[in-house]
Amino acid sequence: MTGRGGPDPYDDDAYGDSSGGAGDGRDGPGRGSGADLPSHPAGPPRIPPPRSAAEDGGRWPGALDGGIPAPRPPTADESRTDGIRADEAPAERAPEPGPEPDAAPMPPGPPPTPPAPPLAAPTPSAAHPLSHDLLRSLLGAWALTACSQDETSAVEAHLNHCPSCAEEALRLRDAVGLLHTEHSLDLDPMLRSRVLAGCLGRRPARIPMPGWAGAYDAEAARLDALLRDMGEAEWRAPVRLKWFDGRRLTGRDTTVAGVIGHLMVVDGIVAASLGLPDPMGFDAPGTPLARTEAYWHLEPGAAYGAGPPGAVRELWREQGHALVRTVSFAGRGVAELDVPYGDFALPIRDAFLDRALECWVHAGDIAEAIDYPYEPPASAHLKAMIDLCARLLPGTLAERRRAGLAAPPRRLVEAGTPGRTLHLQVEGTGGGDWYIPLDSPAAMPEPEEAVATIALDQEAFYLLASGHVPPQEAAAGLSGDTEAIRDVLFATAALSRL
Amino acid sequence: MANDAPPRWDRRMQQRLARGEAAALAELYDRFASLVHALAHRVLEDDTGADRVTREVFGYVWENPDAYDPRQGSLRAWIAMLTQRQAVHRLRASQPASAGGDTLTSEALEERIREASVAARADYIVTSMPAPLRAALELAYFDRRDYREAAAALGVTEDEARRRLRLGLQLLSTAHVQPSRAVPPPGYGRAL
Repeated sequence: MTGRGGPDPYDDDAYGDSSGGAGDGRDGPGRGSGADLPSHPAGPPRIPPPRSAAEDGGRWPGALDGGIPAPRPPTADESRTDGIRADEAPAERAPEPGPEPDAAPMPPGPPPTPPAPPLAAPTPSAAHPLSHDLLRSLLGAWALTACSQDETSAVEAHLNHCPSCAEEALRLRDAVGLLHTEHSLDLDPMLRSRVLAGCLGRRPARIPMPGWAGAYDAEAARLDALLRDMGEAEWRAPVRLKWFDGRRLTGRDTTVAGVIGHLMVVDGIVAASLGLPDPMGFDAPGTPLARTEAYWHLEPGAAYGAGPPGAVRELWREQGHALVRTVSFAGRGVAELDVPYGDFALPIRDAFLDRALECWVHAGDIAEAIDYPYEPPASAHLKAMIDLCARLLPGTLAERRRAGLAAPPRRLVEAGTPGRTLHLQVEGTGGGDWYIPLDSPAAMPEPEEAVATIALDQEAFYLLASGHVPPQEAAAGLSGDTEAIRDVLFATAALSRL
Repeated sequence: MANDAPPRWDRRMQQRLARGEAAALAELYDRFASLVHALAHRVLEDDTGADRVTREVFGYVWENPDAYDPRQGSLRAWIAMLTQRQAVHRLRASQPASAGGDTLTSEALEERIREASVAARADYIVTSMPAPLRAALELAYFDRRDYREAAAALGVTEDEARRRLRLGLQLLSTAHVQPSRAVPPPGYGRAL
């Protein structure tokens, strides 16, 4: 944005000004004739008032006379999908510089009674009518119904005897109708994978994306699409993030913008381990929780939604693209690179799955907060995420055991040998069967040694593993050793975190 | 955002596509899929058709990244042009085949194509106009601020706010002006 008072970068009459800018400063009202004006055989056209702005419920006091075609009411679709949005809308309505009564904020609801005309803008019938120049400069605002009632009246009176302004007024009013160009249907997220697969079928990639990065790439794109058409209010919508802290469900209140900031700074751990810039800087805290708290503390606006609401989306998305780009170039070895999460570490291939899962979980939180549907991931990706959970379970179980939160092992099993096993059965397109070694992370799971089964559908698994339901209330079919079942349910919930 | 993509981004993207980088293709899709789909949908008024055009356009760009000439305009504008062309091609191709009830009269067909072209040009104008003008229009149109409020929000004088609104609409109104060539150039409507 150019600053206040800088040199004017745009030539006023550079575009499409067919009415001849030269000398119009000397045209007074009523003198709107000139050799360069289009001819109007039947006299100047009667210009109806402009169409109203998007979402206009008739709250502008501009529409004065009757007999005006009613503005086309915008559909709900349009009101959500502006296509373009204000980047600079301040959090609060900026106060008017002067004591102009007609510039007071308009309350929603019925139009306010017209205020007294300001001294600076006399009515057209007054002794000092607005100059042609000023009226002409108002045409854009008039077409957008963005001027005061008195100005609107003055412009419309002027149009009746100024053909050049009348011509421009018609043209600008028609242009307003073109503003909502980018309607957006919700694109089917599966279209993305179909289109990309189709492209790669036509011309194979010379630098492919590692398979294990595909889930993150797709989930980040899905969440980004959800964010795409969000207005300012939705960015500030409250979201409660929930997780299971090892003993009980807990949560934190933030906003949609705060959630994206959280995703960004935790993705930053992966970025830093790939040598990309860490959004939290050099001395960033290690754990996702500490990073997020630090970010929300440093940028309180991010948690509570001040500032340009969508800005964090770009930071998050750009970083996400950089992650995928970087691992695509990094070669095979990078897959096993450790990503330190503070109190644990994951090889980068699993960190990408973990970040994909987080995207999905928080997209679900956001969708719930703004009351919008959100589908589960593509089945292959979902399966990979559940597989990650299943692989993490034995370690989490052992940790909980050490902390006294799970029952001690029933028997000691030598590393690599079969031990007691729990059968985890997830139903759904991304589901499958997993066998969890119970006695030690080093033990080999053995279907024949299964002492218990937990069967649940993928939605219930999602709710459990994301810490959105208490483990004892997971909607699961359970059979076998109750202690093993309890320990695994709690360990699954304990995979969740902020 | 996509709107402010600098030419540098366009050139870089072209190089990455030429290099065969799958991650670049994914980024390209993320940036332009909704534009492509929306433009195609406006011509075809049909989801399946718009999906198909989306596949064809991205397939073409992925296979022919060198066909884009950054000197001729932005990548976004080029992709919009490809989309418009391909969607019109699909619309025309679909007409003789569907001899049933939903065949458009040729006038209606041309009218739909014309409206879609105007909308495509308007999209191009809105997304490529200088950011200060766009911001003023957004405040007035989408946020329903009057020009005084818009001036305060933008930190400019009221004169300047009025000027930006008028100039922005003047720019936008040129979308109604048909390009100088009323006759389609050779190859117009050719399949991708």
